[in-house]
Amino acid sequence: MDYMSNVLGVHEKALRVRDKRMEVLARNIANDDTPHFKARELDFKAVMAKFEPSDLMANTHGTHFGFADEVPDDDGMRYRTPFNASVDGNTVELTVEQARYGKAAADYQATLAFLQDRVGGVRKALRGE
Amino acid sequence: MVMSIDNIFGIGGTALHAQLIRMNTTASNLANAGTTAATEDLAYRGKRAVFKALMDDSMTHPGAQYVGGVKVDKIVDDTKPIPKIYDPNNPLADKDGFVYQANVNEVNEMVDLMAASRSYQNNVEVVNTARELMMRTIDIIKA
Repeated sequence: MDYMSNVLGVHEKALRVRDKRMEVLARNIANDDTPHFKARELDFKAVMAKFEPSDLMANTHGTHFGFADEVPDDDGMRYRTPFNASVDGNTVELTVEQARYGKAAADYQATLAFLQDRVGGVRKALRGE
Repeated sequence: MVMSIDNIFGIGGTALHAQLIRMNTTASNLANAGTTAATEDLAYRGKRAVFKALMDDSMTHPGAQYVGGVKVDKIVDDTKPIPKIYDPNNPLADKDGFVYQANVNEVNEMVDLMAASRSYQNNVEVVNTARELMMRTIDIIKA
């Protein structure tokens, strides 16, 4: 049972964080023309550090709620420093955001590939061929 | 926890909507570019959409998928002065022979239209990428 609950390893959590990061970047792109909007970024490392074993709250009783598998909403959010200032106080630089969104999508797919690998492994084991 | 990919659709959707309104105001401005009026107050003034970020639940509704999206906060009139044209043969001319023209610059409007349509395309791409990743995530079970 322990094997099954850990089979996806860190990748399941990583996928959620990557997912969240794409959302943050999508916000930036959506607000490219919004006055005073400040572009934000998700610090992947900071959020993943939350999942380190030392930080986890243990479920010592069956009625305790799980803690570790929720990505906290505000954590890891950073404001971006723009390369150039703009008149309307908007710090979104569309080309930068586009590049990052593309990279984030690639990162997401990488994590997805790892997950797929794990799922394939379990399948193979279950089939017993 | 709601999958964030869903949120990307919501955010992209708000942005598409906002850019579409911007394109509408531009179209309205272009359509009225040559119009004249009898008084300065009646003259057409260019319309500008002002965007605002949807920062929290209270701006949409609790649990909405659009937090972080964008909306059109207000549509304001262009403050550029209204051109006063001397045209005594115009039936709308006032007693001194002046008519008042719309304060719209077609070239500016065309540039704004292009910017809005580029932004629209950007957000379509964002939604497309998110959709593709969602499909791939679903495909995991086929591994």
